[in-house]
Amino acid sequence: MKNKSRRLAIPYVIWMALFVVAPIVLMVIYAFTAEGGGLALDNFTSMGAYLDVFLRSFELALIATLVCLLVGYPVAYCMAKEGPRFQRIAMALIMLPMWMNFLLRTYAWMSILENNGLINQFLGAIGVLDLLGVDHIRLIRTQGAVVLGMVYNYLPFMILPIYSVIVKLDGSLLEAARDLGANTAGVFRKVIFPLSLPGILSGVTMVFVPSVSTFAISRLLGGGRQMMLGDLIEQQFLGGAYDPHLGAAIALVMMVVVVVCMAVMNHFGEGEEQAVML
Amino acid sequence: MPKELIRLSDCVVKFDDEIILDQLNLYINDREFLTLLGPSGCGKTTTLRIIGGFLAPTSGDVFFDGQRINDLPPNKRQVNTVFQKYALFPHLNVYENVAFGLRIAKVPDGEVHQRVLEMLEIVNLKGFEKRSISALSGGQQQRVAIARALVNRPKVLLLDEPLGALDMRLRKDMQTELKRIQQELGITFVYVTHDQEEALAMSDTVVVMDGGRIQQIGTPEDIYNEPKNAFVADFIGESNIIDGVMRADGVVEIFSRRFQCLDGGFAPDEPVDVVIRPEDVDIVSADEGQLKGTVTQVTFKGVHYDTIVDFYGFKWLIQTTDYCPVDSHIGIKIDPDGIHVMKKSAYSGMFGDYSSYSEEYDEIGDATMAPGEEDSGDEE
Repeated sequence: MKNKSRRLAIPYVIWMALFVVAPIVLMVIYAFTAEGGGLALDNFTSMGAYLDVFLRSFELALIATLVCLLVGYPVAYCMAKEGPRFQRIAMALIMLPMWMNFLLRTYAWMSILENNGLINQFLGAIGVLDLLGVDHIRLIRTQGAVVLGMVYNYLPFMILPIYSVIVKLDGSLLEAARDLGANTAGVFRKVIFPLSLPGILSGVTMVFVPSVSTFAISRLLGGGRQMMLGDLIEQQFLGGAYDPHLGAAIALVMMVVVVVCMAVMNHFGEGEEQAVML
Repeated sequence: MPKELIRLSDCVVKFDDEIILDQLNLYINDREFLTLLGPSGCGKTTTLRIIGGFLAPTSGDVFFDGQRINDLPPNKRQVNTVFQKYALFPHLNVYENVAFGLRIAKVPDGEVHQRVLEMLEIVNLKGFEKRSISALSGGQQQRVAIARALVNRPKVLLLDEPLGALDMRLRKDMQTELKRIQQELGITFVYVTHDQEEALAMSDTVVVMDGGRIQQIGTPEDIYNEPKNAFVADFIGESNIIDGVMRADGVVEIFSRRFQCLDGGFAPDEPVDVVIRPEDVDIVSADEGQLKGTVTQVTFKGVHYDTIVDFYGFKWLIQTTDYCPVDSHIGIKIDPDGIHVMKKSAYSGMFGDYSSYSEEYDEIGDATMAPGEEDSGDEE
């Protein structure tokens, strides 16, 4: 029985080996070799030049994650407390943008934020721009625009895991907390919040990891001024600065940093379910 | 003179026109062990939730120590609850679960420590402080739930079928344990159960409920010996309930034969329900008996035989230590104090016939079994 059911997993194991494990191995090999072969650590030593890109990537991803958490948690909490009808509608609304193409959504934001985009046109029409004596407010090609893009695109990934944890909370636990003297704030602080930590950990992981490695959002909304790791890596493979060895090394370092971050986070949530490791 | 602590007056609870509680009036004395007993859906848990503050009555008032508390939220009541499925906090260990209420009340750490340890000792869980909740057996979780509630020194402890998920042996132990704790701490217990044995064994006062109404309130002895109607007689213990006619004070006629009894105060020739407990019937030889019948079924139960006897088409359950083989003709004698006469009620004719004996016994068996699938776990 056991052996038979094990065999059913073989196709996936092969898939994983070919398309997940093998690429990582290749990446490691590339990272530790120089052009033309031969072991080399040059890729890592030369990476110092890109320190600012590293810092900016992690900073923006961190800010975006924090904003997602601050915005997403209350939404998830309120949703879980409402009736099933409201929950279904809210869920559909949250998922709705995800049915549209990612690039399309980001282009849409471009046309909203541009110097002669919707917001600036609106501000001009109501006279705010004249009042300030400028002909536009710079919205696009700022860090704020990049963070906005990340939050907009990844917010559902924060809301959904938190929502699904809160909605499954046993109502009698909340009654028990009230019974033992906790007021509404106390029930939240001492029971709901600690028990929703696994959801928060999953949400943070699912927002932070794609944020830190994004390149489309930073290119379209950051306009090349806010270069992030994703852009840097892409340049090494497709762009003018063709150097796959350096690209692999940067990707490897990023991966290690992210894994370390996640391990630290999971450590804080010890005893809870582990956050999803991507 | 016992002091009244809780009073429910004319409490009605309705959910979408469905009446859950119908004009409930009940008072509970200080330091009393009161049990709300009834089948599922009788309103006993609803009553408990009103006292706990989790449910406001649709109409009617709740008083605590003379104060109306209808709108007081649960966290402001001097009442703690042991929930049916314990509702222990899975993210906290045993110690922190018990300390929960004290931490909210901002009790100083030193006192928290002392009170938690003291309480864990009372419930026999010394040394379990650091354990996680998931590493405890059902019986241990049960005791953590009790400690968590009692550590706050409530005036009243509400218990919602707390032993429902435990196995037979553990339940018996916990019954004794709970009674001991209640007497030791001098706290009022309001206990909800559907298990009549449990109710009789532990309570000072038993409140029998059905259909959202109180059927009878009394001491366990009263409830057993003097049931008010056929429902109570049937729900508490085993009963043969027979139609009779009250011919005069102290004289009741069953199957056209007159029996002496101790009841009076009925109208002449009033139709009544007569309860005869299976253990109050003496089996004698056929010609000496007040009634004669034929044995149709015998089951050995250890202490006694459950003997089903057919009297003129009505089957009685008789519990006797004398073995009477099937198809033998026997007579029975009933002492006057073995006969209990009740007024006719809406429940008349619904209970008390053992024609379908085996099925009924199964049902009763189910009711006393644990409804949950929780294992008892190992007790040290």
